[in-house]
Amino acid sequence: MKSIVPVRRLALAVSAAAALVVSGAVQAADTIKVGILHSLSGTMAISETTLKDTMLMLIEEQNKKGGLLGKKLEPVVVDPASNWPLFAEKARELIQKDKVAAIFGCWTSVSRKSVLPVVEELKTPLFYPVQYEGEESSKYVFYTGAAPNQQAIPAVDYLMDQGVKRWVLAGTDYVYPRTTNKILEAYLKAKGVKDGDIMINYTPFGHSDWQSIVADIKKFGSAGKKTAVVSTINGDANVPFYKELGNQGISAEDIPVVAFSVGEEELSGIDTKPLVGHLAAWNYFMSVDADVNDEFIEAWHKFIKKEDRVTNDPMEAHYIGFNMWVKAVEKAGTTDPEKVVDAMVGVTAPNLSGGYSAMMPNHHITKPVLIGEIQDDGQFEIVYSTPGLVVGDAWSDFLPGSKDLIADWRKPLSCGNYNVKTGKCSGQNY
Amino acid sequence: MKRLLIALLLLFTLPALGAKVETGDPDLDRAFEALLGSDFAAKQAALQQLVANERPERFQWVEGILDGRLRVLKKEKRVVWVEKDGRQFKATDALTAQVLGEFKKRKLKKFRINNSLRRTIRSILAARDLDSPDPRARRKAVEAILENPSPDQIALLQPRIEKETDPAVLDAMQLVMALAKLQSPDEPERLKAIKGVSGSLEPAVRQALVRLAENDPSPSVQKSAATALRKIEDRVRVMGQIETLFFGLSLGSVLVLAAIGLAITFGVMGVINMAHGELIMLGAYTTYLIQQLMPGLPGVSLLLSIPAAFLVSGSVGIAIERGIIRFLYGRPLETLLATFGVSLILQQLVRTVISPQNVPVSNPEFMSGQLFINSALSLTYNRLYIILFCMLVFVGLFLVLKRTRLGLEVRAVAQNRGMARAMGVRAARVDALTFGLGSGIAGVAGVALSQLTNVGPNLGQQYIVDSFMVVVFGGVGNLWGTLVGGLGLGIANKFMEPWAGAVMAKILILVFVILFIQKRPRGLFPQKGRAAED
Repeated sequence: MKSIVPVRRLALAVSAAAALVVSGAVQAADTIKVGILHSLSGTMAISETTLKDTMLMLIEEQNKKGGLLGKKLEPVVVDPASNWPLFAEKARELIQKDKVAAIFGCWTSVSRKSVLPVVEELKTPLFYPVQYEGEESSKYVFYTGAAPNQQAIPAVDYLMDQGVKRWVLAGTDYVYPRTTNKILEAYLKAKGVKDGDIMINYTPFGHSDWQSIVADIKKFGSAGKKTAVVSTINGDANVPFYKELGNQGISAEDIPVVAFSVGEEELSGIDTKPLVGHLAAWNYFMSVDADVNDEFIEAWHKFIKKEDRVTNDPMEAHYIGFNMWVKAVEKAGTTDPEKVVDAMVGVTAPNLSGGYSAMMPNHHITKPVLIGEIQDDGQFEIVYSTPGLVVGDAWSDFLPGSKDLIADWRKPLSCGNYNVKTGKCSGQNY
Repeated sequence: MKRLLIALLLLFTLPALGAKVETGDPDLDRAFEALLGSDFAAKQAALQQLVANERPERFQWVEGILDGRLRVLKKEKRVVWVEKDGRQFKATDALTAQVLGEFKKRKLKKFRINNSLRRTIRSILAARDLDSPDPRARRKAVEAILENPSPDQIALLQPRIEKETDPAVLDAMQLVMALAKLQSPDEPERLKAIKGVSGSLEPAVRQALVRLAENDPSPSVQKSAATALRKIEDRVRVMGQIETLFFGLSLGSVLVLAAIGLAITFGVMGVINMAHGELIMLGAYTTYLIQQLMPGLPGVSLLLSIPAAFLVSGSVGIAIERGIIRFLYGRPLETLLATFGVSLILQQLVRTVISPQNVPVSNPEFMSGQLFINSALSLTYNRLYIILFCMLVFVGLFLVLKRTRLGLEVRAVAQNRGMARAMGVRAARVDALTFGLGSGIAGVAGVALSQLTNVGPNLGQQYIVDSFMVVVFGGVGNLWGTLVGGLGLGIANKFMEPWAGAVMAKILILVFVILFIQKRPRGLFPQKGRAAED
């Protein structure tokens, strides 16, 4: 780093960059740019590549319908490479260099937390499509995935109905499982489950040796009360876990496992015969019986040019989020982020289970909660769905630190964490 | 009112209109149609209705619903047996046994069931199997009752206990009866029943005894239940220790398998090969590809994968050695960086050529399930085979190094390169072959790992650190060190896991190895003599 760039060359570079920005601005005049921030390489590429394709499909369809406000939509795809700090850099690049009107992206909570200060500072909406641990509400983030009360709690309710009395909360050791399990533990205790009937277990990422843990679960489950496992085990660590359950002779009829991170996409890589009967809780399954879902699947197969590709819950979340954004832009009559963000609250858009989802003042949406049992073809049989839509709760009612907090981004409150007891907004934006 | 009722009835039967079945028997039609619907309570009732039917095939049908072989042809409205034939399904009418030809999956409707239906079906089948001529099926049926005994099922056993000839089945039946008598209102009866179940490791027995020891009105029953319970718990504890030891051995043998190839390339040759994990991954992918070539024969293809993976990883290893490493001998840092680059290239290659997603590798029949020793101790077959396989690979490698010409040359070059060359050993060729041998063994480890964990582009990364840890801990350049080190670390890890948790156990092991290396930099079994001086 000894050589110093000659001043002249530096000036040239700056003017070139300026030219780029200007040309970008000129282009932005006839198209509306939409940023897509999903990892296309690295460990998260497995899940996130599909979401990038979903967004491209949605934008293409919108353009076929004549675009938005008379302009064509233009996707801008960047690759944050499963690298959390890079998510923030790429978000900044999308907003400042490409001048996108909105960003659709992120998967892990870490990546969202890394992008959050950027979208707050540069005032651009981010649509986050994955189920997460809650305890957050930002003015510029729209959470179209499930909050814990839209996934974990209904799943536990369902199992209680089935007579489950003893609970194993098993998770990978990071923020989403830790927070979700804390909420679930408080919830179970509020329902009268005793300490001795709850077993909590954490494993490292990519854990593959499940022998002792499964043996422990088996022992825990042989106490004469119906036992279930609530699994927040992340991604592909689930496969060896299920395999070990099968090998040690534990079937879904003995000890069912309900998982929050196992969907069609995760199952498409494995032999699901030993998994039949285990459960998953989502807001959407590919097997949902609705015309709008059939159309979506057909469009997806046509777009991706492969008949055996599956659809899953985060894809539906993008479908809802994108349509909501389109409606909010139409309602505001401009893509100006500040106005669009205000117009978002109260917007409704169709979901893929045949109903409508609405954006609530806390920037979470209403969704049905579905429980499905894994079948041997990698699909889910829906065994339960909530009678109505469930409103996403940003701040859990079961955690001591957050039960008095609410989020309401409508004026005049405009606060992401308003304490109803003290009547104060903590002041931080998220 | 009546009209309203009819309207209501119509409303309830409406969902069944979606899928019609015509078998010629209206009762059967109704049962099958309800089973196709989405109301799980109606499905339960329909199942009982189906079994109440007098037809001899009824149990087969129920079994077919359980395993998905019984389906309904949507257009023809017939209940059929299906058999998968490539992408098509061969359908045979379930009532007339008429062959109906081949159909696409879309044309067939499955009977969807949930866990409680599955449980009902299993108990229906258990009741049937009580009269099976096969004693193993009878025993399974009795065990199914033992897990969840209900009064009417115990009533089923009563008349059969006198007729039973097989001693094992009789034992199981008597256990169920004794268990039922534990709840008898008569005190001496209960005391007798406690004697009858003492020593049994069945969880159901333990639960019943716990209840008696805590809540029985009679102190003498309480006492004898507590004694019986203590005896059982002692045995269970011993079994638990044996189980943990087994878990440790199996984790250890996975570590040894992953590390043993490295023990050759790093231990004997001194090459820091960061691509070792990817050579394991290539072995696992070879297993996958061979399974794709031979669908339906997972056992044979797995056995074939062993030599194939050896050749694939071995030749990639030789290519790496000839193409890169031989130019870098004596420059460990550069070797490390170069092989790290190779590992990234191999990973991305697999991502682009095959898929960034994990690929499914199925387990052959003999690798799944468990060896039943008693109710408190069962050993899973896949782990048993891995332990066995690890030992075989170790012995094989040991013999190659000690008994063959190549082994002699390898050891000679490792000990003193110059002298070996002076004696006419072609050192360059030996280097390539040694590296190939170590890489090939990594490939073989990949075959074993494909049976335990996910096969994906990141497979190798998970094992590279563990492998180096085992080799360094065991002592560089010593195969025995790798074996003892790997097994020792595996067992220590598993004994720590119950009280420290999986995350902490891993950290503690790593800290322990680091401290150990500080004290004994050459590992458990340091090399002695001149070869040890670098």
